[in-house]
Amino acid sequence: MKSLFSAKNKEVIVGPLSLNNPITVQVLGICSALAVTAKLEPAIVMGMSVTIIVAISNVIISLLRNTIPTRIRIIVQLVVVATLVTVVSQFLKAFAYDVSVQLSVYVGLIITNCILMGRLEAFAMSNRPWESFLDGLGNGFGYALILVIVAFFRELLGSGSLLGFHVIPASVYESGYVNNGLMVMPPMALIILAIIIWAHRTKVKQLQDN
Amino acid sequence: MENLSSLFVKSIFVDNMIFAYFLGMCSFLAVSKNVKTAFGLGVAVTFVQFITLPVNYLLENYVLKPNVLIDGVDLSFLSFIVFIAVIAGIVQLVEMVVEKFSPALYASLGIFLPLIAVNCAIMGGSLFMQQRNFTSISEASVFAMGSGLGFLVAIVGLAAIREKMAYSHVPAPLKGLGITFIVVGLMAMAFMCFSGLKV
Repeated sequence: MKSLFSAKNKEVIVGPLSLNNPITVQVLGICSALAVTAKLEPAIVMGMSVTIIVAISNVIISLLRNTIPTRIRIIVQLVVVATLVTVVSQFLKAFAYDVSVQLSVYVGLIITNCILMGRLEAFAMSNRPWESFLDGLGNGFGYALILVIVAFFRELLGSGSLLGFHVIPASVYESGYVNNGLMVMPPMALIILAIIIWAHRTKVKQLQDN
Repeated sequence: MENLSSLFVKSIFVDNMIFAYFLGMCSFLAVSKNVKTAFGLGVAVTFVQFITLPVNYLLENYVLKPNVLIDGVDLSFLSFIVFIAVIAGIVQLVEMVVEKFSPALYASLGIFLPLIAVNCAIMGGSLFMQQRNFTSISEASVFAMGSGLGFLVAIVGLAAIREKMAYSHVPAPLKGLGITFIVVGLMAMAFMCFSGLKV
């Protein structure tokens, strides 16, 4: 039991939250990160879906890693991921229809989310199932974290609400405050992400480019 | 005809894969350091998009939709797996054909082709095709061409800006990824001007 939670495994799961974050450091999975963050709720659902899919597909590929011929490994990986994404997408349609409509094509696009292929190639193909599972969870959380931060600011400043509830009091609007309509448009997602990267790299100097 | 040309212009400028939907961001950011390679990737994406999207359109309309293959059978839940298998298969095929018949082209596109199998712009194109219910294969092909060219325009534009930016003085924490995101954001704002376009 002790070896299951060794220092190395802890690093595998905590690393992606900051030092090795999939979005801000490894630059993986940007597409969906930007597109679903206009509101907080779809961002949370998306983060959860990706976390589950990365963790499970990491385990499956890790179990199969010695039997997959190298030449066709990408197709094998894609099929495993596509199956899991289909299951998640049907699940969302059945139990969270509104959110699945908001996410539209981006649920299907989890298949080509670079985080998945990146982690499968870089980690699951050469590590045991348990470590791969932790790696999947860690990267999923790191991804979800950034999504939630971006969505928090976009929904707060763009619609004046959080999770659909109005949080900015009416008196503020009366004194002349207006929602920033640009925040819900695509370009601001990029700018907010850039600001997050800026803040992150100011704090963690070793990540800065030379 | 009018309809097709407006769809073409729209899919390049208004519904630009990169700036309106953020599809294909990963390779967009990774391969935009210089104009030449960016152009290579853009051409490869356009090419693969133009082949896979009509094929997926035919599969969607003659195999996967409810009641088209066998009465009472709905295979639409299989669409993700079918689309990605078609894309991965065609990419592999294109890679082999190009390698055989045009080694020069292969040398310049070769490294990008495997990347394209997992490029969200390709998969996204097929999913948008499914969502928008195109009425004919020519519409699907025109959309494929337009969205591919939109990607090409975007990636070459960003590469050109990044080449120039190498000489400017950027604050250390913003260097690299940070400033690139800001530039893409500004480009996206500029592209928003096209959204009022009447064609």
